[in-house]
Amino acid sequence: MVELISIATKAIFVENILLAFFLGMCSFLACSKKIETATGLGLAVIFVLGVTAPVNWLINHYLLRDGALAWLGYPNVNLSFLQFICYIATIAAMVQLVEMVMDKFTPALYQALGIFLPLIAVNCAILGTSLFMGTKGYDFTESTVFGLSSGFGWLLAIVAMAAIRTKLQYSNIPHGLRGLGITMLITGLMALGFMSFIGINL
Amino acid sequence: MSVAEAVVEVQAKAKPDWFGKKQKKTLTDPFWDNNPITLQVLGICSALAVTSQLKPTVVMCIALTIVLTGSNFVISVIRRHIPSKIRIIVMLSIVSTLVTLVDQILKAYAFDMSKELSVFVGLIITNCIVLGRAEAFAMANKPWPSLLDGLGNGLGYSVILLMVGFGRELFGSGSLFGFQVIPQALYDMGYVNVGLMVLPPGAFILLGLIIWVQKQSSKQFEE
Repeated sequence: MVELISIATKAIFVENILLAFFLGMCSFLACSKKIETATGLGLAVIFVLGVTAPVNWLINHYLLRDGALAWLGYPNVNLSFLQFICYIATIAAMVQLVEMVMDKFTPALYQALGIFLPLIAVNCAILGTSLFMGTKGYDFTESTVFGLSSGFGWLLAIVAMAAIRTKLQYSNIPHGLRGLGITMLITGLMALGFMSFIGINL
Repeated sequence: MSVAEAVVEVQAKAKPDWFGKKQKKTLTDPFWDNNPITLQVLGICSALAVTSQLKPTVVMCIALTIVLTGSNFVISVIRRHIPSKIRIIVMLSIVSTLVTLVDQILKAYAFDMSKELSVFVGLIITNCIVLGRAEAFAMANKPWPSLLDGLGNGLGYSVILLMVGFGRELFGSGSLFGFQVIPQALYDMGYVNVGLMVLPPGAFILLGLIIWVQKQSSKQFEE
């Protein structure tokens, strides 16, 4: 249990998927203008991550990795080169599902997220988490926790950014720096802040 | 906005003119005036993670340019046969096939580099530039301009990436491509490497400054 909490805190604060690994920047920059949109997108990302991380783990463990097909009687088969295409197919299917559920139950949020909902499929944070958990050698429960807490870390970062940008509307920024420029600088400062969590161990 | 203009322009030019003015514009525009990273805000994710040293940066640039050129070409060739409802999945599978190829080639011929880039080769699939250009350009244009557009945007991405990589390696570890360039004498006088540049925040701040310079020079301001 302590180990799981340790994985979670590490994924949320110390190795924040956005601020330490730069994953999911595109939607982070595009959707961080309003807090409501940011929260909605963040929750959708948590959900998609919470589903895709365990599913991709199962796919990798029972179908793709070296010797994974032993249960079918093919212990010498290594399909790990199919990893990318399988992962992305799972993710795209899950996103489609989330889209349909949202359209049915929360149409307002669905309208607000607009084009960015299908773009969760190409959010690097999702595919990145699936690939990272492979390199880190997590088991099933650990992967699920890792997926959910990565998503939570992403939500934290985007909501904080949206809050800062709302305040920023009233400040007088040099013309060339407005928009993307100042957002990158602030993200840099936020990353600096999150680096102070380094060294926290449970 | 400028993307839409480019689309209209190239569509109007239906004559088979292989290296005309418009084609050249398609190729060279993304280098600076319509740069995919700083002005179209695409593909920032991987731009930062691999740039703490120049060597992986160069490999990443080559890999992305190949994938982008290839995917733009293939998608443009079959653009009339892709049902619009499932186009994202179709595009993703084309892109991930190309990325798998690049990944396998890297593993076979440059294993150390492939270990160093780790998951970021795979993340080319979700690099917004690839899908963004496929959606904005390749779906509406003929194969040849699409190929040029892919190549141009790949190189435009490389320009910014190399700038970030250059700055981060020079100031962060005092070397370029692993060779020491800042003389020992300077260190003896008390010069210290800027450790921040190697860490993630350095990348964000450096890119922010490059974007500032870029916008100031091309006069494309946001409100």
